[in-house]
Amino acid sequence: MLQSLFDLRHGFAIALDPHNLMWSFVGVLIGNLIGVLPGMGALSAISILLPLTYAMHPVPAILMLAGIFYGSQYGGAIGAILLNLPCHPPHAVTCLDGYPMTQQGKGGTALGITMICSFFAASVGIIVMIVASPLLVSIAFKFGPAEIFSIMLLGLLCGGTMSRGSALKGVAMTLVGLLIGIVGTDVNSGEMRFTFGMPELSEKIQLVALALGLFGVTEFLRSVNRIQVVGGGKTSVRLRDMFPGKAELKRSFMPMLRGTMIGTLFGCMPGTGPTITTFIAYAFERKVSKTPDKFGTGMIEGVAAPEAASHSKAQVDFVPTMSLGIPGDAVMALILGALLIQGIQPGPQLITEHADLFWGLIASFWIGNVLLIVLNVPLIGIWVKLLRVPYRFLFPSALFFIAVGVYSVNNSLFEVGEVLVFGLVGAVFSALEFSVAPILLGYVLGPMIEVNFRRALLLSHGDMTVFLQHPISCAFLLLCTTVIAAQVFFQWRGARRLRRATGSVGSVSAVKAELHAITPEKASDRAGS
Amino acid sequence: MVINQWFNRYHKDYYGGALMIVIGLGAVACGTDYQIGSLRQMGPGFFPVAVGVLLALVGGAIALQASRSVPTDKKAALPAEWRGWFCIVAALLAFVIIGEHGGLLPATFAVVFIAALGDRKNRLKDALVLALALMLVSVVVFWWALKVQFPLLQWG
Repeated sequence: MLQSLFDLRHGFAIALDPHNLMWSFVGVLIGNLIGVLPGMGALSAISILLPLTYAMHPVPAILMLAGIFYGSQYGGAIGAILLNLPCHPPHAVTCLDGYPMTQQGKGGTALGITMICSFFAASVGIIVMIVASPLLVSIAFKFGPAEIFSIMLLGLLCGGTMSRGSALKGVAMTLVGLLIGIVGTDVNSGEMRFTFGMPELSEKIQLVALALGLFGVTEFLRSVNRIQVVGGGKTSVRLRDMFPGKAELKRSFMPMLRGTMIGTLFGCMPGTGPTITTFIAYAFERKVSKTPDKFGTGMIEGVAAPEAASHSKAQVDFVPTMSLGIPGDAVMALILGALLIQGIQPGPQLITEHADLFWGLIASFWIGNVLLIVLNVPLIGIWVKLLRVPYRFLFPSALFFIAVGVYSVNNSLFEVGEVLVFGLVGAVFSALEFSVAPILLGYVLGPMIEVNFRRALLLSHGDMTVFLQHPISCAFLLLCTTVIAAQVFFQWRGARRLRRATGSVGSVSAVKAELHAITPEKASDRAGS
Repeated sequence: MVINQWFNRYHKDYYGGALMIVIGLGAVACGTDYQIGSLRQMGPGFFPVAVGVLLALVGGAIALQASRSVPTDKKAALPAEWRGWFCIVAALLAFVIIGEHGGLLPATFAVVFIAALGDRKNRLKDALVLALALMLVSVVVFWWALKVQFPLLQWG
């Protein structure tokens, strides 16, 4: 613990280094800017800017990416509250009470509360990171190939089953991601796999091409001519409006605490997506509220709790991503991919081997969150104007940025073609109601899983029980079976409930059903109508 | 309209499951071309075949569940948006082809102009202005400031 504090001081020295601070600032600013634009979320923001970081040193690169991440997350909240546009799925639930507040002329207060909650929740998340990471270091050296395989299996399983929609479909998408990760030259034998005679494919599929295809082009294909930005409501927010009154602060204090708690808890569980976290925080808040029927009419509690949950989860999520190598969601998978491209192997040894990067990142979270507040108070007027950029200008421009961005990674037009292919594949999958995010998870983890699986079995001379003999690995496999069993149970109970047609709130299955009912597409449909 | 009614959730899951089975079996077929090896000494084909088999099984399970699951989504399928789809695909294709033969400037114009025409509310003039504006961005930001290795204009 004391060592952690010492390391943290070192981290602050790194994060406050003018060069690093500048990139952190650039990341927060651009992330915020892109996050505000309608139809763009953290995923597209990070993927578009990822090529820029390739030429940078690992530390500023990762600081900038993290800045983009929470900047765009906050930008998403602005869109949700002021215009009822859930640009980023986790914020879909913020629309429910945030937008009614805007309609009542209290949009500024909602934004102010969001800012306070995000800062508070992020701080708690950071403290959890500081406490949890030394524990992880202490078990780090016990990790061999068998353990790494099992924990990654758990990560894939959680990521696949806990995303939106059907669990089986999530698993299917994870497997498709694993297959996409196989494309290229096999490291062990030098054999070309799934390259279909194209020499360009021997270097593996480009991470950026895959991400921008799945989350950029697919989104455009889905929403072209279907998104309508509504300009109604009182969206002029003045600086003065952003400071919430005493009564409002008091009302949102407990929801903020509860939301932070839920977010932290879910952040520690690798694989649980941010969307489900915010929905559970909202459902929980409604359950403990004395006036649950008033939710949806502009209750400040309904803004505070999910926003706090989403921000504390975002911070805590970095712990499994960086220290265990299992990303919680697609955004974390991208950041993991960025680390790999920088030649940094995420895993238990990361904290000790790249201490400057890890602690610099943690310190930069704090600095970045302060920057976010400093930036958003004066810039809120500009963000409101940006929110009104019509989609018909936005998506052609974004398509151009995607094309040039992907090209610049390897100066290869072939990879721009990859974007198109994955965009179409993603559009087919999402038309069939598969959620495409787990593909990225499978793609990033696939090669590591394969290598460790092979290595573990090589060491054990082909004995499959090796995964059960090692206690840590066995524990992770037990958790895997628990996840599967829980999924089967909830599905079975959910199906039975549906047949009886009785709805009750409070259990995971009910929340999942709710989640299904208020998917972001629908919310934006509502915004359009 | 007939297609929309027919393409409801039930059938979506059948098609989705079938697609997963096809992809899985395809992976198995390709994987068996590479050396599979044994558990003790795995060849390059082992992992693709294993993942392919799993994917086919999961696909089968999705298709089986389709008949049992209650269709929760009553939302009518959105109408097809051929114009938008065509223009987005054509825009990216044009960027690749024109970029190969003509350089960054014409490719930028093509991708923005064609994509902009995909939106029904954009008139020809809007698309033209937007494309010219982004050509400026591409010269200033990408070619001059970021020094992306992409000739501005070339022939052949």
